[in-house]
Amino acid sequence: MAVVTYRDALTQALREELQRDDRVFLMGEEVAQYNGAYKVSKGLLDEFGPMRIVDTPITELGFAGIGVGAAMVGLRPIVEFMTWNFALLAIDQVVNAAAKMLYMSGGQYKMPMVFRGPNGAALQLSAQHSQAWESWLAHIPGLKVLTPGTPADAKGLLKSAIRDDNPVVFLEGEMLYNTKGEVPDGEHIVPIGVAEVKREGSDCSIITHGKMVLVAMKVADELAKEGITLDVVDLRTIRPMDVEAIAASVQKTNRAVVVEEGWELCGVGAQVVDFIQRECFDDLDAPVIRVHQEDVPMPYAKNLERLAKPDAAKTLAAVKKVLYLD
Amino acid sequence: MSTGAKRAPERKSKNEPEKDGAANGENPAANADDTETQAPMRDTTGTDAELRKELLRSMLVQRRFEERCAEAYALGKIGGFCHLYIGQEAISTGVMSMLRPDDYVITAYRDHGQALARGVSPRAIMAELFGKSDGCSGGKGGSMHLFDKATNFLGGHGIVGGHIPIAAGVAFAIKYRRRNQVCVCFFGEAAVNIGAFHETLNMASLWDLPAIFIIENNRYGMGTSISRSTANEDVVVRAKGYRMIGESVDGQDVFAVRECMARATERARKEKRPTLIEMRTYRFMGHSMSDAVNGTYRTKDELEENMKRDPILLLHNLIHEAGELTEGELHKIDDDAKAVAQDAWDFADASPEPAAEELYTDILVDTTS
Repeated sequence: MAVVTYRDALTQALREELQRDDRVFLMGEEVAQYNGAYKVSKGLLDEFGPMRIVDTPITELGFAGIGVGAAMVGLRPIVEFMTWNFALLAIDQVVNAAAKMLYMSGGQYKMPMVFRGPNGAALQLSAQHSQAWESWLAHIPGLKVLTPGTPADAKGLLKSAIRDDNPVVFLEGEMLYNTKGEVPDGEHIVPIGVAEVKREGSDCSIITHGKMVLVAMKVADELAKEGITLDVVDLRTIRPMDVEAIAASVQKTNRAVVVEEGWELCGVGAQVVDFIQRECFDDLDAPVIRVHQEDVPMPYAKNLERLAKPDAAKTLAAVKKVLYLD
Repeated sequence: MSTGAKRAPERKSKNEPEKDGAANGENPAANADDTETQAPMRDTTGTDAELRKELLRSMLVQRRFEERCAEAYALGKIGGFCHLYIGQEAISTGVMSMLRPDDYVITAYRDHGQALARGVSPRAIMAELFGKSDGCSGGKGGSMHLFDKATNFLGGHGIVGGHIPIAAGVAFAIKYRRRNQVCVCFFGEAAVNIGAFHETLNMASLWDLPAIFIIENNRYGMGTSISRSTANEDVVVRAKGYRMIGESVDGQDVFAVRECMARATERARKEKRPTLIEMRTYRFMGHSMSDAVNGTYRTKDELEENMKRDPILLLHNLIHEAGELTEGELHKIDDDAKAVAQDAWDFADASPEPAAEELYTDILVDTTS
C-alpha cells in the first residue's frame, strides 16, 4: 500500500475516472492551465485536453449551472469550487436545480454530477474563507454529502461520487491536502453512506467526520496513555448518514462525544445527538456532549482563531466530562 | 372568431405612417409600442397555406387549453402558482416550428404554452396541473415544472433566471459531443437584470455554445414595468457586451418569430454561435392567477390596446383575408382546439392521484454506472 497525500489521492481518483468514462469532465476556476488552485488537478489538462479540463471565468453561479445542464443531458460533470465559501454564489444551482431536478421532473432527469472543493477553516483566512458547510448542504433531500478525512477515503469516495448518478457534494478538508496516509493499490472504491470505525475502543465513542477525524485520533492516542480507549466513528458521508454505525458504537461504549468543525446551532452534531437520544436512550450512561466551532465568525488573529476552533484539547475535555473524570 | 379578448379588437389602417426608430440609430424595440399597434402581419418565410393553418392550430390549442386552466383554477382543480401564457402564443409556436425534434427547450415557469407548442401531450400537461399521476412530471412538479424527456423539454423552472445557465450547460454538452443540435432558452425581460443571465451570456459567447436565448419581453416582471426596473429598456443591446448577435422582433407576429429563429438556428448549427433575441409581446392575463388582469400596475386601456394585436387574431385575419380557409374551416380549427382542451381536462380528471408511496420516489436514483 502506497503512502500518498490527500491531494494526490484526489488527483488519482480524478485521473482514473476521467480515463474510465469520457462523459466525465472537470470544470472550475484555475483547474486547467494553473493546475488547480490547490493543485488537485495537476497534469490533467495535458492528459485530457481543454474540452475535458475546463478553465472557467470567476462565475460560480454560471458554471455550476453549466454543470447542471450538461448533467441533465447525460454528461458527468465535476464542478470544482475554489472553496465552498464561493459556492454560496452558486447555491441556487446546487439546491434548487441539481437537488430538485429528478423529483420535480417525476424521475425523468437524473443529475450525475459532483460539486467539489475545499471546505472548512485553514489558517488565518478569517471570516469569509473559514467555514464548514456540511450541515447546510446535508439539509437538502436530493443531494449526497461526503466529507472524507483521510487520503484513502478521499480517493475511494471521490471515485464513488463520480460514478454516482445523483448530485454529490464533496467536501474536501482545506487543511488535509498535505496530510499523508496509506491508499490501497489499484482500484479503490469506498461506498457512499457507510461510516468507518477508525479506532476501536470501549470507553467512549467519538462520532465525527472530515478534518476532525484526525483530531479525534489524536485524542484517542492521548487517552490511550491513561488507559482510556475511544471508539472513533468516522461518518465519511453526512447524507445519507450511517446511523447503524452510530448506534453500534454507542451501544458498545454507552457514552458519546460528537465533534464537528462547524457551528453548534442546527449542526451535523445536532442530528447525530437526536438520533442517539431516540435510538440509544437506554444505552447511555452520560449525556452526549458536542464539540464544535465557537458561535462566532472566524477571527483573523492567531490566538482568537485558536480559541474559536474545535480542537484536541476541547475534545479531550469533553470525553473526560462524559466519563465523569473532569 | 373570438380569441378570448373581452372587447372585439379593431385593426388600424395599414397606411398610417410607422415610426422608424432604427433610422435614428436606435433599436426600434425601445420605441416599439406605437409601431406595433399598426404593424401589419408579415409572411416572409415562404410558408404555405398548410403550414399557416398548422401555426394557427398550435396557437389556438394553447389559448383554449389555458382558458380551461383558468376555469380549473377557479374550481380548485389546479392549485399553487399558475402563470398563463395567453397573448404570447406566437412566440412559442413560432420558435418551436423552427426546431428539430432532437433540439432542446428549457423555459421558466410560464411554461404551458411552450410545452404544448413543443408537442408535450396536452393530457399529460393538464394531468400535471391537476396534480395527478399521469402528469408529465408525475404530479410532482405542477404548473411551473413541466418536464418531458420524449420531446427534450427540459422544464419548467421556478427561479427567475436560474435556468439560463442550465441552457448553456446543455449547449456545452452539444459542443462536447460534436453534435449540431441547439438549445433554446426562454425567459422574461425581467430576468435580464439577474446575475445568472450575464454570467451565462459571457460563457456562451466565450465558448461558442449553440444556445438561443429568447427574452419574452411582455413589459412586466410580475407587477413592475420594464421602465421601473431596467436602466436601458433596449434589453437586446446587452448582447453586445458579450460579443453576441442580438436581434429584436415583434413577438406577436409568428412569421417574424420564425424568420428570426431561422437565422439563429443557422448561426448555432453552422457557426456554433449563440444568439440573444428579444421578442416583444404582451401578457393578456395577470402575472399569476392571484393577480387581477389589469392589476394596479397597468391600465385597462393599455391592456385593450395591446389586445388588438392578439397574435391569434393577426394570423387568423391573414389567413382569412388571403382566402386560404373558409369561415367554416377556421371554426373547425377552433372547435378542434377546444376539443383538445376538453379531452385533456377529462383525462386529467380521471387520472388517479399519485400513490402515497410516490412521496419517497425520485429523490435519488440507484446508481448504475
